[in-house]
Amino acid sequence: MAAYTFRRILQFFPTVFFISLIMFGLLNVLPGDATLMAGGSKHHLDEKTAQMLKKQLGLDRPLYVRYASYMKNLLKGDLGRSFLRNESVNSLVAQRIGPTLYLSTAAMVIAVGLGIPLGFLSALKQGSFLDTLSMLGAVSGVSVPQFWLGLILMYLFSLVLGWFPSQGYGDGHLMHLILPAFTLGVGYMALLARTTRAAVVEVLTQDYIRTARSKGLSVLIVNFTHVFRNTMVLILTTAGLQFGSLIGQTVIVEKLFSWPGIGSLLVDSIFQRDIPVTQGCVLIIIGIFLLVNLVVDLLYGVIDPRIELS
Amino acid sequence: MNQKFKKLKQNPNLVIGGTITFIFIVMAVWAPALSPYHPVDDADLMVSELPPSITYPFGTDEQGRDILTRVIYGSRISLSVGLVSQAMNTIIGIILGLTAGFFGKWWDDIVMGLTNIMLSIPSMIFALAVMAVMGPGLMNIFLALGLTNWAFTCRITRSQVLSTRSLDYVKAANALGYSRTRIMFTQILPNILGPILVVATLGMAGAILMEASLSFLGLGTQPPTPSWGGMLASAREQMFTTPWISIFPGMAIFFAVLGLNLFGDGLRDILDPHLTRKAK
Repeated sequence: MAAYTFRRILQFFPTVFFISLIMFGLLNVLPGDATLMAGGSKHHLDEKTAQMLKKQLGLDRPLYVRYASYMKNLLKGDLGRSFLRNESVNSLVAQRIGPTLYLSTAAMVIAVGLGIPLGFLSALKQGSFLDTLSMLGAVSGVSVPQFWLGLILMYLFSLVLGWFPSQGYGDGHLMHLILPAFTLGVGYMALLARTTRAAVVEVLTQDYIRTARSKGLSVLIVNFTHVFRNTMVLILTTAGLQFGSLIGQTVIVEKLFSWPGIGSLLVDSIFQRDIPVTQGCVLIIIGIFLLVNLVVDLLYGVIDPRIELS
Repeated sequence: MNQKFKKLKQNPNLVIGGTITFIFIVMAVWAPALSPYHPVDDADLMVSELPPSITYPFGTDEQGRDILTRVIYGSRISLSVGLVSQAMNTIIGIILGLTAGFFGKWWDDIVMGLTNIMLSIPSMIFALAVMAVMGPGLMNIFLALGLTNWAFTCRITRSQVLSTRSLDYVKAANALGYSRTRIMFTQILPNILGPILVVATLGMAGAILMEASLSFLGLGTQPPTPSWGGMLASAREQMFTTPWISIFPGMAIFFAVLGLNLFGDGLRDILDPHLTRKAK
């Protein structure tokens, strides 16, 4: 177990390295004049100022030199400096990461808290009204565009009913959190419900469940000790992998609700062509996703000792 | 025939999803004939922001354009994004997966390494980064979504190749002296198309959703292109005063994606006997 943990953590670094390489390449090599927007609109910039700006931002150096210095700083934990604002990317990200983690954790809690029990119940009561209804809800939840759902929720709960504020962070007040967290959590909840149902349906056909039942164990015990434990691995795997779509969607939900997180920072930086900030946000978001999956992988051994950790 | 019908009846997902998808295809193909107005040119500020009525069934937007017309034309954008980008993903995924599974060795290592890296980048973030570099526009959407979502197809193709490679008919083809390329495309590929089709259908749904999201952020198709996400982006500010401008394009996205998702689920039920047996 210790060896596995160690190796799994070691694997984390090359992945991060390659991703940073891909993202650096993508954002710096592809055409599209990333450099000059820092001086405002590039049409207003004459050649001389442009050259000066380039030099000042270090963009006159060849690509491999830029990459080397970027990597060197990255290894020190330095994401670079914003082109536009006189601030380091680190401090920009640090200001925004709290709200993003707050929002995505809340969405996770909603999704896990509702999705897994719903999927579980649906599977135990296959073909029932509850099953049909919740699976219909689940496929709808996977299909609904979240920004539209958010708009509808805003209309209903902010304008018509006046229960929750429609915009802003509100210093993290719970009332501000509910609408965006729900909007963000719906798709993930639906996915978890579907996965859980499929996993439980599969486990229910296994021999050991029949054995447990025929031993005369109560339904409750069988369901919770046998079924639940055996489905956890599959559910957890999906939860980890699909966390990527949740963290990706924060971009849209944050923008929609004017939530001051990394997602809205990312979108703003794209419009401002502030490449270091874009790059930093992308890396941080991917980093969060990778960390979640690392934790999931490490949890396997704890949940299901049968798994061969090799 | 009768039996076929019975089978379809047992698979409501496929029927409902197929019907919804078919309706959207009809809308996209015959958009000019079905629309009462022109999606861009028929802008008349005198009739802007009218609520739904008989002359304008879905109301009009802030420039006085008929929303029904724009929703109908929007299906062209969405379906073409789904189709083109998913076709790209599928082709890339199949080629990489087939060759990796078939040739193995260092090529397999490279492809799988790349696949794992692709899987560890959330697709929304990847698409955003690509759009950030290339700028908005429909062509760039095709590329951004068509080059970043092949990992699942690749993985599935590869694992299917590995499990079919040792089967008798492949061995027989080998013994007959077929070339490797011929075996890959005539023996293995036709037998693994099912799961690939399922992934492609669900991927189309995902791509449509993604295009709508990117356009909503202002990084996708640009106005006045009638794209559902773009319509929502410009309507967002007026949600509280003129909600119909947002409601109808959003419903269009929802149903188009729902149709494809249901259709994909239905296909999976048919094509994966393993699962169907379980469900019984």
